[in-house]
Amino acid sequence: MTSTQYNQTHEGRSGVLRDGLNAAWPICLGYFPIGMALGVLGQQAGLGPAWIGLMSVLVFAGSAQFIAVAMLDGGASATAIILTTLVVNFRHFLMSSALAIPLRGVRRGFLILFAYGITDESFGVNMTRFRAGNWDRWRALVVHHAANSTWILATILGSLVGSLIPPGAFGIDFALPGMFIALLVLQLHGRAYVFTGILAAGLAVIWKLLIPGDSYIVGAAILAATGGYLVRRRVRRQREAKG
Amino acid sequence: MSFSAYLLLLLGMGAVTYLPRLLPLLLLSQRQLPRWLVDWLELIPVAILAALLAPSLLIDSHSNSFNLLRPEFWVAVPTFLFAIRSRSLGGTVLVGMGLFWLAEKLL
Repeated sequence: MTSTQYNQTHEGRSGVLRDGLNAAWPICLGYFPIGMALGVLGQQAGLGPAWIGLMSVLVFAGSAQFIAVAMLDGGASATAIILTTLVVNFRHFLMSSALAIPLRGVRRGFLILFAYGITDESFGVNMTRFRAGNWDRWRALVVHHAANSTWILATILGSLVGSLIPPGAFGIDFALPGMFIALLVLQLHGRAYVFTGILAAGLAVIWKLLIPGDSYIVGAAILAATGGYLVRRRVRRQREAKG
Repeated sequence: MSFSAYLLLLLGMGAVTYLPRLLPLLLLSQRQLPRWLVDWLELIPVAILAALLAPSLLIDSHSNSFNLLRPEFWVAVPTFLFAIRSRSLGGTVLVGMGLFWLAEKLL
């Protein structure tokens, strides 16, 4: 089923909004305490609510923002901060490539808006929904903007009033890991996927221990997907040879 | 730091964040991709999710050392089982949070 077909067969705009928000709430729940924590750190580094809010609008990228605030506080140069941001966010290159499949043939204007909101979390949620079939680009866009609005709001709020949520309250620190666990399980469509997931997990742990930094995400993902692809191709060929 | 210097920094950071998100989508979505690339890209979500998740459960980020005793890991095991049985995203998030909250209280 293509994305445009689903949109037409489902009840109008309120349905799109409702489905999108239904999918986005775990992201928003997880973003809220993290965004507030960033706001607090920004305040301590001398970035007021408007400054940190502007950063969240122009650079919607959680982990890169934390690193940037720490680097600003430590007096790093703009060039160093921008280069670090590029390295930290390069993994989205892979996610954007994978999103090109469900969004094939969609007009450029939409993609220019859509690309802004690609994060680890929205990618996981939207790819899982696209795969399940009952999803389209408008619902995916609602997920992006719900997550983005929550993030901007939380960082400004954290800067204004400090963190309202005491650390560790209600296990909220586990909201995003919990979501990733569920998304990972929902991605296991067969043996090749299980194999790829286990390979990626093992490679990522080893890679991170050996090479500090963020290269492990892209490195392990590319190696594991390639490994999974080769194994699947081999199994297919063996089956075909047997007839 | 002056506001204009800060704005310039944000524009630079914004560009290097946005372009990797935009360019593959823009280039790859407008053409028929070869079969092998589609097959490979299909495995990217599971690979990225596992690569993001596993180190956050098993590696202590302060010391960058492997640690099987982290509460994150021990809470993840039953959370995984719940996700496999329920196949519910929201339910798994809430169960994981509840278990993590308990673990932090008890440990």
